Amino acid sequence: MNKSKILRYQIVYMVLLFLIALALVLNVNTGSVNMSPVKIFKIIFMRFEEGSVDSNIIWRIRLPRVLMAAILGGALSVSGFQLQTFFRNPIAGPFVLGISSGAKLAVAFAIIFILGTFSGISPYVMVLFAFLGSLITTGFVLLFSQKTTNMSMLLVIGIMIGYICSAVTDFMITFAKDNHIASLTYWSMGSFSGASWNSLGIITVVVAIGLFCSMLISKPMEAYQLGEGYAKSMGINIRLFRLILITLSSLLSATVTAFAGPISFVGIAVPHIAKMLMKTSKPLVIIPASFLCGASFCMFCDLIARTAFAPTELAIGTVTALFGAPIVISLMGKQRKNKQ
Amino acid sequence: MYFQTQKLSVGYAGKVLIKDISFSVERGKILSIIGPNGAGKSTILKTISRHLERIGGTVTIEKESIFKLSNKELAKRLSVMLTERIDPDLMTCGQVVAMGRYPYTNNFGMLTPEDRAVVAEALRMVHAEDLEDKLFSNTSDGQRQRIMLARAICQQPQIMILDEPTSYLDIRHKIELLDILRNLATEKELAIIMSLHEIDLAAKISDQIICVKGDTIENCGTPEEVFNGDFIKSLYDIESGSFNTLLGSVELVAPQGKPDVFVLGGNGKGIPIYRQLQKHRQAFSTGILFENDVDFQVATALSQWVVAAEPFNPVPGAKVAEAKALIDRARFVIDTGVPIGAYNQFCKELLKYARVRGKLILHHVEELVS
Repeated sequence: MNKSKILRYQIVYMVLLFLIALALVLNVNTGSVNMSPVKIFKIIFMRFEEGSVDSNIIWRIRLPRVLMAAILGGALSVSGFQLQTFFRNPIAGPFVLGISSGAKLAVAFAIIFILGTFSGISPYVMVLFAFLGSLITTGFVLLFSQKTTNMSMLLVIGIMIGYICSAVTDFMITFAKDNHIASLTYWSMGSFSGASWNSLGIITVVVAIGLFCSMLISKPMEAYQLGEGYAKSMGINIRLFRLILITLSSLLSATVTAFAGPISFVGIAVPHIAKMLMKTSKPLVIIPASFLCGASFCMFCDLIARTAFAPTELAIGTVTALFGAPIVISLMGKQRKNKQ
Repeated sequence: MYFQTQKLSVGYAGKVLIKDISFSVERGKILSIIGPNGAGKSTILKTISRHLERIGGTVTIEKESIFKLSNKELAKRLSVMLTERIDPDLMTCGQVVAMGRYPYTNNFGMLTPEDRAVVAEALRMVHAEDLEDKLFSNTSDGQRQRIMLARAICQQPQIMILDEPTSYLDIRHKIELLDILRNLATEKELAIIMSLHEIDLAAKISDQIICVKGDTIENCGTPEEVFNGDFIKSLYDIESGSFNTLLGSVELVAPQGKPDVFVLGGNGKGIPIYRQLQKHRQAFSTGILFENDVDFQVATALSQWVVAAEPFNPVPGAKVAEAKALIDRARFVIDTGVPIGAYNQFCKELLKYARVRGKLILHHVEELVS
């Protein structure tokens, strides 16, 4: 690692932090109710007019929402980076292992059979079901991962499990009531609108643990980039490493799915953006970079989702794909040019 | 003995592929494994580097079983170069080499100044200092192999295991790589075990050779012990064509049929003519060759009939008569332009004889074709 590389890392980190700060300000500053920046500053830092409508909008709606977008976006990107490294496949994302389909199946089950039967149930039931659904599908994939050593096979298994879950979901939808279908569709488009300080607390704890552990395995992850054979020859317990990596990655993406629904694209695209900005794939550098990059990306996308057609809100997935895909394509083209 | 296997059985999923593998290597020595494709050379290498479960027997480093060592301990003593083609994303050659420090670095893989010194030294040993900042994905095959070798050096092992390190390389890079390996063995006192496809190179680089065929080690010993007679032909089941162990050269299938052409060879002038005749699938006889003539080596592989004479002795009349009889049977005689001196005056006699018998005397194979 020479000086110019370290300088590059520092600059990119600074830029990403600046973007996050900018997104934070813009997000808090925009919305259907206009407030002057000075007033917002006062509300946040001096607890100005506590209990007023404006204060509630800032504290109860805008602030938790933007923080949730940041943390979940970051988590999703790290999860994607881990899976891309693991499968050595640039289009692997957090949802290829059937995680979103599993969550959707569980949520469909919850909506149709539980919410339909018991009214006025806590919204956390959906979160819980989505989380469990994700983890159960991951469990299946993990089970197979211990049996096969072939990465492409595992990828195919993940996709197949996803299809099975979708089929069961579709089966349930066939016999579901219209309003249930509507709420399931709404859930599956993904949104950060359900943010609250309570859920934010849970998310922060889980994601922080996930990130911390991810950093701890960044060393074997780097060795793993040289292929399984070499990784093994350097002293890595491959089975254990795979188990930990899939578990961590799934934990991160399951958390996102549980609280915000399946958000497409971020997990696939952001790791590429981070790698291209840093010009390296060193996990120790890219894990934090992916997190920051994903956080700022999701904050801006959520800003657009909220404001572009206000008061109608767009699904977050719509925005992420629409704005993210062209970025990735252009970066790829640029990278190819550099290589030649 | 530094590294030793005893009664080792290897294979996949409990099924024995090769059994009773016993060999040993000292530090500073190179052992090569040769044998036909699919014989299980890689299987042996994977087992002794613990990439594959052994089925039976023991493998020891300094009398200590490798199966009792921790992953990290083993990684500090033994490093590998695999046939696996790697494609690390956005990694420079320097980073790939530095990965060899894995068993020595802290939990985050940070390199200390000492680690950097080891990396620089490894790059120097493989003559790849200039590649350090180049992206690994942008390098050529020859460069890749050297980088992967540098990575293996970085692990500071006492034993290095290489699976077909010279595959994909052109001749210059093959020589370069083997030269580096010899230096490593000597300078770093490494025990080197590798599989090789090029038996001619194996004969030249190895201190010891083991030959794998079927489910056993067919032969082992020094190259001089292994490479004699027709052993290579039988090891690889070569039914047509031949491998000359003395010269390390390959000859294709000898043309069959009536020897219509007699080649007056000698002094190396015959070899290009023999090979051209082989391409035209034209059977031929040749002579009179002293057994120490380089032509003799190729002629025995390609010619239907070779009139050979003992070196350092005058050629007996019977041999000249034998050659005359072959000229009688041939329709053409090719004069290769062998220089004629005091001890091969028979050439003049044979040419004269051919002329008298009305045989067409040619100088090039092309004339024969037209």
